[in-house]
Amino acid sequence: MLKDITIGQFFPGNSLLHRLDPRVKIVLTIAFIAAVFVPKTWAGLLLAMAFSVMAVALSRLPFALIWKSIKPILPIVLITALLSVFYVREEGDPLFSWWIITVYKKGIFNAVFLASRIVCLIVGSSLLTYTTEPTTLTDALERLMKPLRLIRVPVHDLAMMMTIALRFIPTLIEETDKIMSAQKARGADLESGNLMQRIRALMPIMIPLFASSFRRAYELATAMECRCYNGGEGRTRMKSYRMAARDYVALVLTAMLIAGMIVLNVFLPNVI
Amino acid sequence: MSEAILQAEQVTFEYNSGDAEPVKALCGVELTVTRGSFTALLGHNGCGKSTLAKQFNALLLPTGGRVLVEEMDTADESLIPQIRRTVGMVLQNPDNQLVSTVVEEDVAFGPENLGVEPHEIRIRVDEALKAVGMYDYRHHAAHKLSGGQKQRVAIAGVLAMRPDVLVLDEPTAMLDPSGRKEVMQTVHRLCREHGMTVMLITHYMEEAATADRVVVMEGGKVMLDGTPREVFSRVSTLREAALDVPQATELCYELHKHGIEVATDVLTVEECVDALITLLEAQHGHS
Repeated sequence: MLKDITIGQFFPGNSLLHRLDPRVKIVLTIAFIAAVFVPKTWAGLLLAMAFSVMAVALSRLPFALIWKSIKPILPIVLITALLSVFYVREEGDPLFSWWIITVYKKGIFNAVFLASRIVCLIVGSSLLTYTTEPTTLTDALERLMKPLRLIRVPVHDLAMMMTIALRFIPTLIEETDKIMSAQKARGADLESGNLMQRIRALMPIMIPLFASSFRRAYELATAMECRCYNGGEGRTRMKSYRMAARDYVALVLTAMLIAGMIVLNVFLPNVI
Repeated sequence: MSEAILQAEQVTFEYNSGDAEPVKALCGVELTVTRGSFTALLGHNGCGKSTLAKQFNALLLPTGGRVLVEEMDTADESLIPQIRRTVGMVLQNPDNQLVSTVVEEDVAFGPENLGVEPHEIRIRVDEALKAVGMYDYRHHAAHKLSGGQKQRVAIAGVLAMRPDVLVLDEPTAMLDPSGRKEVMQTVHRLCREHGMTVMLITHYMEEAATADRVVVMEGGKVMLDGTPREVFSRVSTLREAALDVPQATELCYELHKHGIEVATDVLTVEECVDALITLLEAQHGHS
C-alpha cells in the first residue's frame, strides 16, 4: 500500500549513534565529509575507512542497509574513478600506453583515493539519515542555524515549512491513492499509451489533488491560528537538547581523526 | 445564576463574496453561555452555526453587535491572544489540524506558541494526553492513528493551552460511529470532570440530546433554545427548519399523532422502550 511508505530513511534503533545529540550528529557529519578530502597518504585513507567502519559498527545497522545506500552510486563512482586514471600526466615512465591512452602509477592511486572518498562520504551521510528521524533532523537544523537569523535568514519559517511538509506527505499520498481509485472507477486509463498520453491521463489526478491541498492549507492555517501560532517570535520548545558525555567524546574523536590525517600528510610521503 | 463566559449581543455578520450582494450569515444573534455548561448548537447547513462559533475566538469579527469572552470584547485586537487562549477551538477535519508528525510534539505546539517554559510544556502535554486517553500513543506517528484518535489528539492540543471553553465545530462529522463515540465520551468527561465549558456544533441529533442545553439556529438567528427535552418536543418546528429529531423521539411523536397515548418527551432509546412498556401494560390492563 502507498500508505505504508516511510519518509526519509530512518531506521529505528537504540544504538550509541541513535542517541547522540542530533545537532552534534549534523556537525560531525559535515566535519567528516570535509575530513575525507584531507588525506594524501595511504595511512590517512585507511584511517578514514577505519573510522567509517567503526561508525557503522556503532550504529548497529544491518550491513545490507549500508550496502543499499552505496549500491546505486557504485556505477558512477567506478566511471569517475576510471576517467580520472587517464587524466593524470606525470614525469617519468607510464605504466601502460596504448593509442591515446596512457596510464601512470599516480593515476591509479588517484582513482583509488577518489573512489574510497566517495564511498566514505556516502556511508557517513547515510548514517546520519538512518539514525535520525526526519523531524528531529529538521528541529536540530533549525537550532543550529539560529545564528543565521542575524543576517535575516527566516530559519524558523523554513523549519516550520519542512515540518508541515513532512507531516502532510503521507496524507497527500493517501489522498492521491483515493483519487486514483476514484478516477479508475470512472474509467480513467492510467497505464497505457505513450508518454504524452500518460502525462495527460495524470491531469484528472493532479487537479483534484491540488484543489484539495489548497483547502487543506487553508484549514491548517485556521487551526494554527486557533492555537495562537504567530511565527517564531517568543516561541519556546518542549524538547531541549542537552549535550551528554558521549557527544563530547564523539566531537573529540572526530577532531582527533582530522588532526591525525593532517599529521600523516605532513610526515609521510604523499602519494597523490 | 452562574457566571456568563461567552456572550453574543445582537451579533450580525456579513460575508463579502466577490461582487455580489453581501451574504448575511448572522442576523442579530443573542446568546449567553454560562461557565461549566454543555451547549449543543444545532442547525441545517448554512444556518450560520459555524460562523457563530468562529466569532467566539475572534477568527471572525462581528460586522454588527459585539461578542464578549470573559468580558473581553473580541473586536479589541490586543486581546486576541488572550481570547484564543481562553476559547480553544477544534475543527471538523482531524487531518488538517495536526501540525507535527509525532503526537506529543503536536500537542506541544499550542503551549510552545504561547511561550510556556519547556518543563511546564512537558507537564501540560502529559496532562492533556491523559485527559483524552491518548497518553500511551504519545510517541506514535500522527498520520497512522484512526480518525477518532486523531480528533482526540486535536482536542489534547487545545487542552494543553489550558482554555476555559472548548468550542468544537462538527468534530465528529468525518468520523465513523466508533470514532464518534470516542470523541463524544471524551468531551463529556472533560465537561463533567474538569469543569470545561463546552460548545458543541453538530448536526447529529443524538449528540445534541446529551447536552445540557440545545440551541437551534435557522437563517442566522436563534430559533429554539432550551433543554434537549424542551427543544425536541417541538417536532413540527424542527421539521420546518429541515432538522430531524432523535429517532426515539420521532417514533413516539408519530405514534402520538396517530392517536396512541404515549409520552412524547423521550430522548433516548431506553426512555422510548420504557414509554412503550408503560403503554403496553396500560392496554393489557384494559383488556
